[in-house]
Amino acid sequence: MRRNVVRCTAFGYLLVILLAPLSMLFWRIWAEGLGKAWSAITEADTIHAFKITLILVAIAVPLNTIFGVVCALAIVRRRFPGKGLVNAFVDLPLALSPVVVGFSLYLLYGRTGWFGPWFTNHGIQMLFALPAMVLATIFVSVPFVAREVVPTLREIGDEQEQAAYTLGASSWQTFWRITLPAIRWAIIYGVVVTTARCLGEYGAVAIVSGNIEGKTETATLRVQDYYENLNQAGAYGVALLLGLISISVLIVMTLLRPKEGIT
Amino acid sequence: MSIQVRNVSKRFGTFQALDAVSLDVDGGALTALLGPSGSGKSTLLRIIAGLEEPDTGEILLEGEDATASPPQQRGVGFVFQHYAAFKHMTVRNNIAFGLKIQKRPRTEIRARVDELLDLVQLNGFGDRYPAQLSGGQRQRMALARALAPEPKVLLLDEPFGALDARVRAELRGWLRRLHDETHTTTVFVTHDQEEAMEVADHVVVMNKGRVEQVAGPRELYDEPANEFVMGFVGQASRFGDGWVRPHDLELTLEPNGTTREAQLERIVHLGFDVRCELVDDDGAPFSVQLTRDHAETLELEAGQIVYVRSRKQRVF
Repeated sequence: MRRNVVRCTAFGYLLVILLAPLSMLFWRIWAEGLGKAWSAITEADTIHAFKITLILVAIAVPLNTIFGVVCALAIVRRRFPGKGLVNAFVDLPLALSPVVVGFSLYLLYGRTGWFGPWFTNHGIQMLFALPAMVLATIFVSVPFVAREVVPTLREIGDEQEQAAYTLGASSWQTFWRITLPAIRWAIIYGVVVTTARCLGEYGAVAIVSGNIEGKTETATLRVQDYYENLNQAGAYGVALLLGLISISVLIVMTLLRPKEGIT
Repeated sequence: MSIQVRNVSKRFGTFQALDAVSLDVDGGALTALLGPSGSGKSTLLRIIAGLEEPDTGEILLEGEDATASPPQQRGVGFVFQHYAAFKHMTVRNNIAFGLKIQKRPRTEIRARVDELLDLVQLNGFGDRYPAQLSGGQRQRMALARALAPEPKVLLLDEPFGALDARVRAELRGWLRRLHDETHTTTVFVTHDQEEAMEVADHVVVMNKGRVEQVAGPRELYDEPANEFVMGFVGQASRFGDGWVRPHDLELTLEPNGTTREAQLERIVHLGFDVRCELVDDDGAPFSVQLTRDHAETLELEAGQIVYVRSRKQRVF
């Protein structure tokens, strides 16, 4: 009886909060006709927007994966002054609104910012161009790999690594042969969540990109663009495609999930 | 390979784990580091392995200063209490790990792993994962893994601590036989005095970060260096001014001038032996051990007054 209550509450909550809006999206595309949505998706500027999004993902995800693993290793395995601060700073992007992140970057690389003039003098365009958009995307997706890997590293402890050292393995060999296989699922989850976050990023990128159609527009900005220009079918189509990409990332993750028990 | 520990100290925060410890371990010997928890025995073992750095002092392996060498270069095999099995590798790959690091030829690795699987009686388990083994099997695998690169020193940190009594007893005997075959210098840590006495040639008794005594099992029992060793290794009670073993006390029904009066509180039957728990005039408890036959001739009963004389007592 009680189990049913719990189950219904959990399911009902997910239904209303998560599934209802997404179903509405499907429904509207169906009602408006697939043709309009398709033509919006295949428009040159939309394709370009997806390309920009994928470029951002392709740069931010590998960088944050490497940083996340190194950071987790430092937090769990090393003792150094300021460790608590590093641990807290990793979570900063979770607490900061992306709009604030975007605005801070805008100020930093702007004409009167600390870094802006240097880049301008060297002929590098940061704002309203890919570099600042990359920085914004990296900023908002910093915590996810580290947050997945830290508890796993704590759980496995360091005895396996010490055993490897006594068997002659260098730190590097120990990392590749012992530590990495032990944390691989945590890294994969971290990468999936980071990818999803980068795909969906809107606020920070919106501010630093300048939102130039066909140049610095990402997929999420494209949705906003269509929506503001009253092209509802276009907005539905692009939104749906973004949603489908995210869902397939989730499915891949579920398929990769190891069977409980032996790893 | 001989091991020399020179004046090693180690502190964790405010806790003094090791306090100027010096120790010589002969090559080829089987030595136990025995002590209560917090006595520094595991820390000393880890410092010998290079897994921990001493604050001061030196470690000499085969006469050469190894204090600054990393564990990779010390040629030691280490066995952990909780096995430290590489969970994502099969038993075979666990054992082969050290050999693969040394880039030995594949056929040689296979032959050596087969030999070790045989030695630790895990034939047929080579393709299993550690999660599919019992505790005793995992620890045997860990031993085979440590032995594979033919270390000059084998170090074991409470190797049987996580196992049940029957498996412990089995592995103890097995470790002793293994040592008799290979003669690898072996040091193991234990808090179990019986384990240390049964397995080791030499026992190093440690307490509060210091070495209390180094001796063979028999000498340790018969000639303890101080009160701590007397009490930690085997049973001992305070008797008058000194310390005495329960079987070095004689129990009679009549006083004879050299005896002390005591009241018999309880009689415990241990099989061949009987332990009598007594309290003396001052109310201090102690015990006497005697054979069952002797106890029966005396017709002892709880509550009665008896007289006790020590055959052999030690004053520190």
